[in-house]
Amino acid sequence: MVSEEGLPISTLKWTYEVDGSDFTRAGEASSNVKKNLRKLGVSPEVIRKVSIALYEGEINMVIHADGGHIDVEVSPDKITMVLADTGKGIADIDKAMQEGWSTAPDEVRSLGFGAGMGLPNMKKYSDEMRIESTVGVGTTVYMTVYTGG
Amino acid sequence: MDVRDVMRVLDADLICGEENLDTEVHDACGSDMMSDVLAFVKNQAVLLTGLVNIQVVRTADMMDMVCIVFVRGKEPDEDMIALAKRRGMVLMKTSHRMFTACGLLWENGLRGGVTD
Repeated sequence: MVSEEGLPISTLKWTYEVDGSDFTRAGEASSNVKKNLRKLGVSPEVIRKVSIALYEGEINMVIHADGGHIDVEVSPDKITMVLADTGKGIADIDKAMQEGWSTAPDEVRSLGFGAGMGLPNMKKYSDEMRIESTVGVGTTVYMTVYTGG
Repeated sequence: MDVRDVMRVLDADLICGEENLDTEVHDACGSDMMSDVLAFVKNQAVLLTGLVNIQVVRTADMMDMVCIVFVRGKEPDEDMIALAKRRGMVLMKTSHRMFTACGLLWENGLRGGVTD
């Protein structure tokens, strides 16, 4: 379904600021997205994929990048997520994608994360994922989950 | 079994979620590493953990789990309880250690569930 301007009229956009200084608040955006998708009647499997991928991304932003912002766009056939930060960047993306490879400090591990599963989990639960990163400038992660709609 | 049975088998103290004790559960997961829970859990409704911070409740929420059991008598803080209440999640604590708690639940019919 499209409007006269050619834009899908049922596209929704949500933006969230992620506070990088407070680990206890990491996940609030994902939780909110999950709640909103449920209200929209999106299938539980799609909601699950989006929430987990986004949650891991949000945790990453807090652990590694001092926060950032998240844009979520819901259109009839897919949900796209853009997670942008101005953190230290990823020097070796291939390495970062390996399960078990992590640069997180020990204190993060004691909180239940930092086991090198964040990016692999994000890839696992999204249908498409792309990372753009420049050391010293920041990282942007693009994820798409298709809804089959 | 239902959540009430989990509580009975583990001789656990209920922290919140009394209204959901009748929820049927078939599978559980025991872990202190939330990334592993996010990676491998499929339909497990019960999380056993020795980790205590708000992200435990958030992780369980993302996975649509219905009950968190804190082992070794660990106590969740007020923020965790408040979030669990908002999500209709049951929180309980048992004095059993992780291995024993998992063993007792297995013995009583709970399984590890499907991983993908």
